[in-house]
Amino acid sequence: MSDARNRMVARAAREIAPGMVVNLGIGLPTKVVDHLSADFPVCLHTENGLSGIGPTLPPEAANRNLIDAGGAYVSTVPGSAFFDSAVSFALVRSGRLDLTMLGAFEVAETGDLANWKIPGKFSPGAGGGIELAQKARRVVVLTTHTDRAGNPKLKSACALPITARACVNRVFTDLAVIDITPAGFTLRELAVGVSLAEVTEATGAALLLPGGEIPTF
Amino acid sequence: MRLPDKTCTIEDAIARIPEGATVMVGGFGVPGTPFTLIRELVRQGQRNLTLIKNDANERGMGIDHLIANGQVARLITTHIGLNPRAIEMLNAGHLAVEFNAQGILAERVRAGGAGLKAIVTDIGLATELADGKPRIEIAGKPALVETALRADVALIHAHRADVFGNLDYVATARNFNPLMAMAADMVIAEAEAVMPLGDLAADEVHTPGPFVDHVVGLTEISEEYAVVRR
Repeated sequence: MSDARNRMVARAAREIAPGMVVNLGIGLPTKVVDHLSADFPVCLHTENGLSGIGPTLPPEAANRNLIDAGGAYVSTVPGSAFFDSAVSFALVRSGRLDLTMLGAFEVAETGDLANWKIPGKFSPGAGGGIELAQKARRVVVLTTHTDRAGNPKLKSACALPITARACVNRVFTDLAVIDITPAGFTLRELAVGVSLAEVTEATGAALLLPGGEIPTF
Repeated sequence: MRLPDKTCTIEDAIARIPEGATVMVGGFGVPGTPFTLIRELVRQGQRNLTLIKNDANERGMGIDHLIANGQVARLITTHIGLNPRAIEMLNAGHLAVEFNAQGILAERVRAGGAGLKAIVTDIGLATELADGKPRIEIAGKPALVETALRADVALIHAHRADVFGNLDYVATARNFNPLMAMAADMVIAEAEAVMPLGDLAADEVHTPGPFVDHVVGLTEISEEYAVVRR
């Protein structure tokens, strides 16, 4: 992983407060766990039926019946619980999930999220993503600031089919930390060595600046 | 009084599945997928099936064999991203796929198993998954009516069964299995161990025996159940 991505993931890990129940989406969000200390008090949830995820295991040490929703072989910790898929999403929809970290194709300045379908190119289904985005108490997105072609992923409106409306609270990118506020995208932090002009240029909507100096991460 | 014995051969159990049946299949990825029952369904070759399963497994595994064999007309699912064949067939119009939000699929199955007709939810309201579904207002806010799902047959993978069909599951192999085991007219469970009555303690039962019709003991745990090395 590049330094910029690693910094983004490390910064996102600081979003997790002690005592939270957290679901980390497939992809970059899964890497956040590498930045939590072994004695940090948090309950990680995976939608295929486990609360209290332990470390990921190599194949030779894996339990064939114990995976996370991304298919990685994981382990339990003292106090883990297994449950069926209905119970797993009851936990999500009823407000027991404090935080989810998700990937994104597009995030709109209104907090709309598109991360499940690119018509004609990518149509695997949303899995549990709709419920995570719509019902977690706090939704943060980890994504590169632009796509591979350099187009902004933070936009005034999503062009792709959306996952949920007005659901994203905060976006961590390789360039910045940006909150979605009633006024739109609001810059909170800049990555080390990234200029304000670069972030503004790479953002496909107005970027609001708070007063005072902008911290770096 | 003695509880009846429901053990049977895999050939006899799967032979009860007719052409055109709607079949629920447990599992989320490898854990909980009834690979051995699926293999026998491939061997017997019943066609025009509607499958209800969380995912499409991976290429060369599980229900991918049924899809590759042309036995599946329609798939009701939540995510098929690990099966490029299923995605290709969907894009080419050779496989009808109905996507659900994952927890909503679980609740539709649970409702079917509980003898209910539908559930009402705000999940997916703003998405294209809501297209064509009835909308109602609950406490002044819009909601979707999601119909309950039942199937002709459910194929279940259990860790242990007793001969009456009481089942338990391990780890993340539970997933959709206990829900689907309530939601079909005929429930066939494969189990890694089949035990005499009384050996599965009443408090340890996850699926009560009255829901289960046929119990198939696995004589071997094939490679398909093993840890996948990617």
